[in-house]
Amino acid sequence: MKLMMKNNFKLSFWKIISVIIAVLGIYSLAVRFVKGLGSSTNLSDNVPWGLWIGFDFIGVGLAAAGFTIAAVAHIFNNHKYESIARPAILTAFIGYMMVVALLIIDLGKPENFWHPLVMWNVHSVMFEITWCVICYSTVLTIEFAPVILEKFNLTKIQKFIKKITVPVIICGVLFSTLHQSSFGSLYLIVPAKVYPLWYSSYLPLHFFISCIAAGLSMIIFESYLCARAFNRGLNINILSGLAKGVFAAVVIGAVFKFADLTADGKIPFLFAQANETYAFWLEIIIGTVVPVFILTSHKLKVNRTGIYFASIFAISGFILNRMNVCVTSLVRSSGENYRPSFEEISITLFLVLIAMLAFKLIVENFQVFEKEKHQTDSISAKQEIFSKNLIFNKQNEC
Amino acid sequence: MYNVELAGSQQGLLFDAAECIGCGNCYEACKKENNLPETNKDFLKDHLSNSTYTVVEEYGDMYARKMCMHCLEPTCVSVCPVGAFEKTEFGPVLYDAEKCIGCRYCMQACPHNIPRYEWSSTSPRVRKCVLCYHRLKNGQITACAEACPVEATLSGKLDDLIAEAKRRIKESPDKYYPHIYGQEEAGGSNVLIISPVPFEQLGYSSKVPKVSMPDFTSKAMEKIPTVVSVGGIFLTGMYWLTKRKNQIAKERRAHLKDEINDEK
Repeated sequence: MKLMMKNNFKLSFWKIISVIIAVLGIYSLAVRFVKGLGSSTNLSDNVPWGLWIGFDFIGVGLAAAGFTIAAVAHIFNNHKYESIARPAILTAFIGYMMVVALLIIDLGKPENFWHPLVMWNVHSVMFEITWCVICYSTVLTIEFAPVILEKFNLTKIQKFIKKITVPVIICGVLFSTLHQSSFGSLYLIVPAKVYPLWYSSYLPLHFFISCIAAGLSMIIFESYLCARAFNRGLNINILSGLAKGVFAAVVIGAVFKFADLTADGKIPFLFAQANETYAFWLEIIIGTVVPVFILTSHKLKVNRTGIYFASIFAISGFILNRMNVCVTSLVRSSGENYRPSFEEISITLFLVLIAMLAFKLIVENFQVFEKEKHQTDSISAKQEIFSKNLIFNKQNEC
Repeated sequence: MYNVELAGSQQGLLFDAAECIGCGNCYEACKKENNLPETNKDFLKDHLSNSTYTVVEEYGDMYARKMCMHCLEPTCVSVCPVGAFEKTEFGPVLYDAEKCIGCRYCMQACPHNIPRYEWSSTSPRVRKCVLCYHRLKNGQITACAEACPVEATLSGKLDDLIAEAKRRIKESPDKYYPHIYGQEEAGGSNVLIISPVPFEQLGYSSKVPKVSMPDFTSKAMEKIPTVVSVGGIFLTGMYWLTKRKNQIAKERRAHLKDEINDEK
């Protein structure tokens, strides 16, 4: 009884927060479109890109599970992961929609957003990005369509989509690969502006590797949230498989990063007394050291809590990395200490809120997760006994 | 290195910091020519903005002009997703606000930090020096060069300007720092600067790479066809292989089952 009340209170608490975010978000959107970017953002001639571009990187990176899981389940025919292909694709789809919305808000002339469709400049990375967004969003729509179609028993279209699934998924993997890496390519042309710790001629590759860890972590994190909210979680078998993927990507990413820094003779920058150095190490400790530590410690490896925590750290490290590349690394050369404005933050939060609501709505009404009860997973439940006193788990099992 | 062939029929601008007296005539002429509003009573305290395409900056007893360099292979032209920037036939880099979507990649990417934005507008444009394209086309020289009372800003054929810059440096080696800024920076530009002191001291970045900037991107972009074709073949191959593998495993299992049943 007590628990019910607590739950109700919690729900209404989050409802109030949501309403506040929505009101502030709509207000900020009004300011942005009525008064322009100058009055609504802290962007300037010296800092033309800010929080929103960083958030685009983050949104697209966290959507990366959409192509990795689809590839593993349907191209590499590892059917164990089929059960998470749908949540992964849904995450990617919502992530991409959010990024598209934010990109359009960020454009100085949003009414001209369609121009890259007809006015081409194939030398531009931004052009490549635009087309990747369009193509991959289309792929995601086709990939996710069966979930909607099966609900309404539209068998004919379903059959057609099933026929084209494999080539569509292959295209999706290719578009994603290009898209994820092209965000890194954006900065190749400013070697003199990006702080040496983040600039690399391999920036596209760094972005690609790190997005895989982030995308897989996002699926783990979501499964945790869903286990709490809908009592539908993943079995430990899949979770630890995902965790292995995160581990591999994080380790490969870190080794590659330090090898790259060494090859470019940038080791002294790692120990220089500078804000950039601290930001870099924070990113490495949170995004690499902590997840690796958690995932290599045997006790934690087999239990959900450890994997959840590792994924949260990996995601945080990833977010730090992207914000470092697009904000921290440019502070010195721009000579301006950019901080996002109230409007920039509230519009971003509003979009996150919409994304979460959309995810919730779709998961509640369509069969995204397999009909599998969290509690039935008795083997893993036993493995978790020792950490039962942790709040996370308690709530899991409630 | 400097691409003379590309610069053959090009028009340009030469600014000589050793000759500049800091009168501000170029600043005023630019404002007038481009119908730009007054932004600062004291031109020496002004800075580049959407209403100021060129400035004169004071460094001790020296003055330095800042404006678009009109690169030979402009970064802005290469990064713009919709091709709103154009390197015109005789040099000036022009911007088309009708095409622009407002992504501001040009501002982020410009090695000289030149493009400025109309932040307070709801339909903002990128603003910068146009090297008086309309005047050059009519055979006139740029407004700033015309207004210069001394020979600090010269407008003319790029080849002639390079020769003039070299002549000045050669004739008075004590007066000049032996380098023409803009000849190699960012792969070369139509605007050139000579100075008595190292350029860093006059606020010209010494960090600008001495290569064509678009090359940094094209090295990555040209790998796209390879990634797509090799990736496509790899994924198709893997699909076929793993499917076949699963099928064989299934058949073997069925076979084993049969054998066990037979033995029974």
